[in-house]
Amino acid sequence: MILGGGQIALFSLLAGRMYQLQVLESSRYKMLADENRISMRLLPPPRGRILDRFGVPLATNKENYRVVLIAERTRDVKKTLDTLGRLISISDHEYRRVLREIKKRRDFVPVTVQENLNWEKVSRIEVNAPDLPGVVIDVGQSREYPLGSDSAHLLGYVASVSEKDKKRDRTRDPLLELPGFRIGKSGVEKEQDLRLRGKAGNSQLEVNALGRVIRELSRQEGQPGDDVMLTVDLGIQNLAIEKLRDKKSAAAVVMDVNTGGVIALASVPGYDPDAFNTGLTRKQWRDITRNPLAPLTNKAVSGLYAPGSTFKMIVAMAALEQGVIKPEQKVFCRGHVELGNARFHCWKKHGHGWLDLNGALQQSCDTYFYEISQRVGIDKIAEMGRRFGLGQVTGIDLPNERGGLVPTSAWKKKRLGVAWQKGETLVAGIGQGFVLTTPLQLAVMTSRIASGRVVEPHLIHGVVSGGVAKPMESPSFPALNIAPEVRQLVMDGMNSVSNSERGTAYRARIKAPGFELAGKTGTAQVKRISKHERDTRVLKNKERPWKDRDHALFVAFAPVEKPRYAIAVVVEHGGGGSAVAAPIARDIMHETLRRDPSGYRQREGVAGEKDKGRKA
Amino acid sequence: MRIGAADRGPMTIGQKLWQVNWSLVLFLIILTGIGCAMLYSAGEGSWNPWAKRQIIRFGIGLFLMIMVAVTDIRSWMRHAYTLYFLVLGLLIAVEVMGVIGMGAQRWIDLGVIQLQPSEIMKITLVLALARFFHGASLEDIGRPTFLLIPLLLVAAPVILVLRQPDLGTAIMLTMTAGVIFFLAGVRAWKFGLVIGAILAAMPLAWTMLHGYQKKRILTFLNPESDPLGAGYHIMQSKIALGSGGLFGRGYLSGTQSHLNFLPEKQTDFIFTMLAEEFGMAGGLLLLGIYAIVLIYGFAIALRVHNQFGRLITLGITGTFFFYVFINIAMVMGLVPVVGVPLPLVSYGGTAMLSLMIGFGFILCAYVHRDIRVGRYGSGGED
Repeated sequence: MILGGGQIALFSLLAGRMYQLQVLESSRYKMLADENRISMRLLPPPRGRILDRFGVPLATNKENYRVVLIAERTRDVKKTLDTLGRLISISDHEYRRVLREIKKRRDFVPVTVQENLNWEKVSRIEVNAPDLPGVVIDVGQSREYPLGSDSAHLLGYVASVSEKDKKRDRTRDPLLELPGFRIGKSGVEKEQDLRLRGKAGNSQLEVNALGRVIRELSRQEGQPGDDVMLTVDLGIQNLAIEKLRDKKSAAAVVMDVNTGGVIALASVPGYDPDAFNTGLTRKQWRDITRNPLAPLTNKAVSGLYAPGSTFKMIVAMAALEQGVIKPEQKVFCRGHVELGNARFHCWKKHGHGWLDLNGALQQSCDTYFYEISQRVGIDKIAEMGRRFGLGQVTGIDLPNERGGLVPTSAWKKKRLGVAWQKGETLVAGIGQGFVLTTPLQLAVMTSRIASGRVVEPHLIHGVVSGGVAKPMESPSFPALNIAPEVRQLVMDGMNSVSNSERGTAYRARIKAPGFELAGKTGTAQVKRISKHERDTRVLKNKERPWKDRDHALFVAFAPVEKPRYAIAVVVEHGGGGSAVAAPIARDIMHETLRRDPSGYRQREGVAGEKDKGRKA
Repeated sequence: MRIGAADRGPMTIGQKLWQVNWSLVLFLIILTGIGCAMLYSAGEGSWNPWAKRQIIRFGIGLFLMIMVAVTDIRSWMRHAYTLYFLVLGLLIAVEVMGVIGMGAQRWIDLGVIQLQPSEIMKITLVLALARFFHGASLEDIGRPTFLLIPLLLVAAPVILVLRQPDLGTAIMLTMTAGVIFFLAGVRAWKFGLVIGAILAAMPLAWTMLHGYQKKRILTFLNPESDPLGAGYHIMQSKIALGSGGLFGRGYLSGTQSHLNFLPEKQTDFIFTMLAEEFGMAGGLLLLGIYAIVLIYGFAIALRVHNQFGRLITLGITGTFFFYVFINIAMVMGLVPVVGVPLPLVSYGGTAMLSLMIGFGFILCAYVHRDIRVGRYGSGGED
């Protein structure tokens, strides 16, 4: 009887529990049941393409077959991986990465084993599917860069989202949580990431406990990323890369002097953007980061160089504005100047003799600029430099841009705690010493000289959203705060650099009528020339080790009469600006004028009057 | 119903068949019918792979049950120990050459069927203990040394089953044995002593438990802590049950079970599926039928006049009760998941057969209720 009573009591307990679960808490469990049944799956949108200004694709998407492993669907992950490894070779590196990721993620999250599988591998896996529990072939899209490493600096690359990226991202985009999703990590890919990324769609799926999809309940398509059109003209960009390719390390920037649109932005050496997409091996990464030529750095915006003689326009304008010298006033160059007990040399050992402003720019006489920089002082020079865009970031739509430096006496006091020395003004007067600029800044400076406007560079020409092209508004820049005569004097000086027989870049002039350019050479000294060397013989660039050779620079605008484009070329340790940088700039500029990507000639042909009217 | 009692001579097979309690058999058929309906549903509305085989097994079971029922209870008593040691031998054989299945060694492959000796042990242990206590006087039972042998009879299979490892069956065996000890007249304080000893041995046992068993006990205590890990079974089972509500989602339309959220829905968690599809009403109905079967067991025990038969009847009824209680309590999250099937409803060959044989013994005790059984099963009418 005790037994019977006990059993009745226990059965009542069961009935009570049934009442609790099925009546009292029923609604809660019903909700949980629906959640169980319905799983939301994000549909990653196709990433927008990157096009050049004429619509030529620079970055596109291609189908990518990858093999993923779902840990919860296999009893023995290692065994499955081993079996898979016999079909498609899996490196130790991949093997360890997969095991690591499986440990880190939850069981039902697919982990990518290999990507970019060819058909042979795909079919080999599919045929052996019964022996490969948890192994699934997945079709995704991966980024393709038709130009490869040539466009790496400009476009950047995409790669998996890191924890850091997630923290930094303020959009709280659920896409970032999607395994295998890739975002832009540098270049335009990074800067325009939100535009290119698009919006995730989602699909409500009825799934079973194994995560297997029973059917789709509803589907909301995402919004594909917008195509981004760059101001870049691929023809000119390619030419720029071609011209720089045989240089160890160099950069070039071509700009529209009126709109600030960047026509070409090249930096060598490049790197393979696909390598980042698929994942680098440790060795590849070491090789890239330890390479002294810094292939990861976009030297056009992040490379800092002493501008050398290309800085002389700034010094001249500062001096003219301050009235410390008249354009026709002459200075005698005897090859050096003395200041205290220091001697400052002109590049021409025996001197230029008497030179006015035009002659000094034309022949790039250092003595003349020692003299006028001493008269005007460093702070006025720096102020002029900043007006022309130096010493600060230009604000171009690229990451990691550096601002360079135009020193002032206050800066030195604050930064180094030492007072400014007069000799340092002289050194700065020829663009050496503390002065540091990026090639892009030099192109912006030249554009401002040529247009007289506060030109700011940009890369985005337009956006194609949902098949509709929306061009960016052409920015109109305010006039630069500088007397037109002063600017004209400097432009005339640059004209004679290229187009008068004694000019330092005469041999690199454009001969085609109407296409003539006006430029300025620069040769930035990297290593101090010792007294001993001066006394015996200054070694020629070719005789010195590469790292000790001078940087070769050239800036120019063209056409002389009605400037449309500006260019800056820097060849690291290339030697002399006139011999190395100027011919490159000439070739690129000539092609730019011929192609006329901004369509000036066409517009002037049709609406020349209107153009004139705007300028007036 | 007094026919058997009136007739003092040895009964013929026909008389014995007449004596079989057919209404109890009817309820067993009803239970199996419910089970097959659920297995049909678990098979996504198909007789394959489970329902059909379950019916065939029930047929075999029914035959075996009747065979057991009409066999003279005295010969069962005589062979009780033989059967016990035979099955114990099988358990040891499993240990030695058992095939690995579900991460635990439980089956022995006889070629035709895969035998699970631990299931059969549930019946043979009852037989052996009933034989031991049959005819034992209260003074005998009062002597602690007298209890040493039955304790060994229990301990041997329990330890073997634990080694497999099959915690559920080990608990079932222990509890069934407890019922028989109690019925035989062992004093309550001695139970207290044993329970105390078990509690004292718990920490030691804990270290001997397999990782998955520890995990199951821990997650039983807090299933929601790890919904995707070990608490998954309990959580999903509660969701399925709870979403069934009062009257269920309807036959063949339990989303949780059919979308495979419910683990092992054809075996241990079949009650969940039933309660999801038929709601609380269906669950209570099944519980009611089980209660009726149990009442039959008690009623039969009251009418059996020999100790052996009564002990068998109550022992097997007890086993049956523990099956039902532990399984249903388990799927509702009241006790840890230990892997006990729902009798006659869950899919499983050996469990079905051993249960049917068990009921065969209950019927056997009923058929031979008025036969006096000697001290060692030898005596007839003396």
